[in-house]
Amino acid sequence: MSTPSAMVEARGIHKSFGSLDVLKGVDLDVRAGEVTVVLGPSGSGKSTLLRTLNHLEKVDSGSVRVNGELVGYRRSGNKLYELRERDILKQRTKIGFVFQNFHLFPHLTVLENLVEAPVAALRRPKKDAVAGARALLDRVGLADKADAYPRTLSGGQQQRVAIARALALEPELLLFDEPTSALDPELVGEVLDVIKDLAHRGTTMIVVTHEIGFAREVADTVVFMDGGRIVEQGPPGQVLDHPRHERTKSFLSKVL
Amino acid sequence: MSSVDPVSATLDAPAPSAAAPPGTSRPAAPRIVPRRRTGQWASAVAVLALLVPAAVSVVRNDAFQWDVVADYFLTDAVLRGLGLTLWLTVLVMALGFALGTLLATMRLSANPVLRGVSWGYVWLFRSMPVLVQLLFWFNIGALYPTILGVRTVDLLDPVAIAVIGLTLHEAAYAAEVVRGGILSVEKGQLEAAQSLGLGAWRRLRRIVLPQAMRAIVPPAGNMLIGTLKGTSIVSVIAVQDLLYSVQLVYHRTYQVIPLLLVATLWYVVVTSVLSAGQYLVERHYARGAAGAR
Ligand SMILES: Nc1ncnc2c1ncn2[C@@H]1O[C@H](COP(=O)(O)OP(=O)(O)O)[C@@H](O)[C@H]1O
Ligand SMILES: [Mg+2]
Repeated sequence: MSTPSAMVEARGIHKSFGSLDVLKGVDLDVRAGEVTVVLGPSGSGKSTLLRTLNHLEKVDSGSVRVNGELVGYRRSGNKLYELRERDILKQRTKIGFVFQNFHLFPHLTVLENLVEAPVAALRRPKKDAVAGARALLDRVGLADKADAYPRTLSGGQQQRVAIARALALEPELLLFDEPTSALDPELVGEVLDVIKDLAHRGTTMIVVTHEIGFAREVADTVVFMDGGRIVEQGPPGQVLDHPRHERTKSFLSKVL
Repeated sequence: MSSVDPVSATLDAPAPSAAAPPGTSRPAAPRIVPRRRTGQWASAVAVLALLVPAAVSVVRNDAFQWDVVADYFLTDAVLRGLGLTLWLTVLVMALGFALGTLLATMRLSANPVLRGVSWGYVWLFRSMPVLVQLLFWFNIGALYPTILGVRTVDLLDPVAIAVIGLTLHEAAYAAEVVRGGILSVEKGQLEAAQSLGLGAWRRLRRIVLPQAMRAIVPPAGNMLIGTLKGTSIVSVIAVQDLLYSVQLVYHRTYQVIPLLLVATLWYVVVTSVLSAGQYLVERHYARGAAGAR
């Protein structure tokens, strides 16, 4: 069933918090170089799904493969053994994560934020990491902010730094959890522009967002989630303009 | 307000302005007069009226024997005592916070045994008066006459006992201060570090602790000053710290008050230096934070 070029293969993901079933069997395929936009009402499990993809959240059952490699576990016979922390961290360096609230390190300068992981996690020489970081800052239009502390930047600038920080590890896959939801409306565009640029460069991405216009413009696949399940998915023209399910229709009528 | 000063005169005069239509004179902007702080002045005078006579009496009263204070302030014995007090303070603080940080990370770990041990430690050593603890270690030879084949009294001299006792006490408080600091760091910081593949030790040292320091430094500064003075308790087990050194002198000369003043003045001097240091450290760890600089 999985095509050879499927970069992300999530199978039968179940996750509950106490008695609350948040993910009730989610299957998701993302092909290399494609952009998948995940839509859905608040509380439908979008963030939880995204977090299981890099093992920030442990699944109760199911499996996630990225580039064919099981995330967070090692299979032996019919059992999945959780990996050692060190191996999980190594997998995470290949999966970039961009948070709704940026989570930049406030006590480090913008440049230090970008240099930290390549040096510490990939053991890159400091000089190379700094050069790479400066190039990335240039790409997101913040070359002049290298020595600023995050708190002195606008929300849009902070999120662009956070994207650059994720890119500094040269990940195979980028996950965005509502990257523009914490921003003032006039700052949304500059962040979406950076993400669009990544899309045009063929970066594989999964983006949780409420920006329908963005989904229409960049997504190869739109996934609609509700109640811990994927209700429907397909190309944006189909899901956004001709939704088949009532719940998709009513959600779209609210956000459009 | 009878005389008009030149500055306000020019301010009050309607300046000829290109923007103002000819013929209309703009009303002068009202001047701002600060509220009179009568209450502040009155309370300041009242406090000084009490303080000044007290200060005068301290200086005039010959029983304070300031000349004796001056004689002993820089003697070798006193300076050696001061040196030991400072050395004890630094050592106890460093060891106490090292152990305290370990206890705090144990308490916050996922391992229930480590959590329980850490909790039990803090419970025990916060319950025990430090004086009782020192006396206990001082008499440990009664419980364990030899340790690994060495006579306990040879192994543990009073200074070693002072370091052990004070450190164990300090660590219990440091553990709580560090734990509070770590908990004050937003959870998202840890998740961001994890998603970037940073290992546990790196996350703690590079991401969590530097941010926790903002919450740790003020109470730690308090503890440092408390420890400085708290070390004076070791005089009961005959460790020659600052207090014990002046005690040795006044037991010989009976000049109790001036020699206690010698010790007090030194404690004040060192505390003042430490307070200034705390300010600098706080400023360092506030970098990047809202309102810093
Ligand atoms: N760590 C957690 N503990 C308990 N409940 C959680 C936790 N994380 C998420 N939830 C709950 O799971 C549900 C789905 O959350 P989430 O995945 O964040 O939804 P979405 O991102 O679609 O808004 C919500 O009801 C939320 O309260
Ligand atoms: Mg969410």
